[in-house]
Amino acid sequence: MNTRIHQRKSVQTGFIHLILILGAVIMVTPFIWMFLTSVKTLGESTAIPPVLLPKTFQWSNYSKVFLNLPFFTFYWNTFITTVIKVIGQLIICSLAAYAFARISFPGRHFFFILMLSVLMVPGQVFLIPQYMIMKELGWLNSLTALIVPGLFSAFGTFLLRQFFMTLPHELEEAAKLDGCNQFRIYWQIMLPLAKSGMIALAIFTMLWSWNDLMWPLIVNSSPDKMVLSAGIAFLQGEHKTNYTIIMAGSMMAILPMIIIFFIFQRSFIQGIAFTGSKS
Amino acid sequence: MRFNSKRLSDWKWAYIMIMPLMLGLLVFYMWPVFQTFYFSFTEWGAFGKYTWTGLANYKMLFTDKELLQAIRNTSIYIILAVPIGIILSILLAVLLNQQVKGLSIYRTLYFLPVVTMPAAIAMVWKWLYNSDFGLINYVLGLLSIPGPHWLTDNRTALLSIIIVAIWCSIGSHMIIFLSGLQGISSSYYEAASIDGAGPVTKFMRITIPLLTPTIFFVLVTSLIGAFQVFDFIYMMVGDIVMESTQSIVFLYYKYGFLKNNKGYASSIAVLLFTIIMIITYIQMKIQKKWVHYE
Repeated sequence: MNTRIHQRKSVQTGFIHLILILGAVIMVTPFIWMFLTSVKTLGESTAIPPVLLPKTFQWSNYSKVFLNLPFFTFYWNTFITTVIKVIGQLIICSLAAYAFARISFPGRHFFFILMLSVLMVPGQVFLIPQYMIMKELGWLNSLTALIVPGLFSAFGTFLLRQFFMTLPHELEEAAKLDGCNQFRIYWQIMLPLAKSGMIALAIFTMLWSWNDLMWPLIVNSSPDKMVLSAGIAFLQGEHKTNYTIIMAGSMMAILPMIIIFFIFQRSFIQGIAFTGSKS
Repeated sequence: MRFNSKRLSDWKWAYIMIMPLMLGLLVFYMWPVFQTFYFSFTEWGAFGKYTWTGLANYKMLFTDKELLQAIRNTSIYIILAVPIGIILSILLAVLLNQQVKGLSIYRTLYFLPVVTMPAAIAMVWKWLYNSDFGLINYVLGLLSIPGPHWLTDNRTALLSIIIVAIWCSIGSHMIIFLSGLQGISSSYYEAASIDGAGPVTKFMRITIPLLTPTIFFVLVTSLIGAFQVFDFIYMMVGDIVMESTQSIVFLYYKYGFLKNNKGYASSIAVLLFTIIMIITYIQMKIQKKWVHYE
């Protein structure tokens, strides 16, 4: 009797693993294929039937990407816009989020609703006027155009407000008695405690900024102001048939995010799970 | 007196703290909404000059066959991608929640597409889909199934994009469902076991009802996301997109930035906004009927 239950249990776990492994294979195959194609010769990449493993790894495909495009510049542009957006949002959103969560001031409700209403509007509604603003300011084809609208985030503020709300009220009372002003309470007491929220926001901003395509496509067309995602689109235009080079470029574009994901896995997953449970 | 000055100081700080955000949102997000509404009544010529044309763009909206097709494509995309994505990720989350060994490895692998640049993902899938050299048709060939011309055939192009979208979204949905599942108290399952309930009954009677708030959240966010599909279409099918794959947002991009008809593009944005608002409103209304909060 007992062994029978045991047997059924192990058949069941075997079945579960089978499905999970099959799913995992489907998830990972494109990445492996991307890598393998990126080190094939052109002939190997278009062979019928497909060649799985290249005879010798053509690492030169990677240097060809750099010869064809200012890929270092793309990296730098993507990196610097992402870093500035992350830092900017962390400061601007956390300041506002603290005020909304912790201070009762006249008009709080009004301003909060106003901010939330931005969340309801699909991004495309902003795009053309944003583009016009960039044009008027003479910011087209500059990193400024990529950065500035991305500094302000209703989502980020909402997310951090949720974190600030969960902190106990006793924290600021002692500080208030000591005559601390709100900024000092925010800066010295609350901000260190909202670390996990800040990390979650940093991750979201980083991901969106690194991977965003449409806005960079719209505002920057000169190669020296391009970011990686638009660079891949550009590379595709240049090499319609040479997929080994496109795959090498793609590989290099995704690698930094994948490395960061492996290092900060826990925070990534917590961040995603948190937005799911708190909204 | 002291109390008042303290409160005033609090208020002062509050305004200072929300000011950068509110100013930024006002300039780059709120004001643009009004401008888009305004632009939707204008026609654009060269050099960004525009003239008021009243309802002309809206009249065009209602007679534009291309737009109708785009709405149809977007609807097909949503009807397939959203539910399949949600169902698959719930099933995976349930399997992962069974205390299987290697949970963190599976979680990592399923999550990988979420952190990857859509433009790059689109590129490798384009190659996988290639009807001559692609891996997919090769594997299908081994099973003696004739593979279609995935991305270049009007009948399968949209479907191909939907498959990538589902592949891409499963990881993040799954994480959200997994945390939802972990919030369900095991006492429910124990009680059901005593009553002799099998796994299927437990799943249908306990897991799904208690997961409905999470399902609702994922449904709302993924619907809004699905309405805005662009990256995969742009990268996989290209600038000159077949009518059969063109989404509403793609059409918006085309009119706004390729054809430089920003007036009409603005009216498409207004339409998109209206559709999303209506659908979100309906969802909020009917959620009372099926979402159970504990």
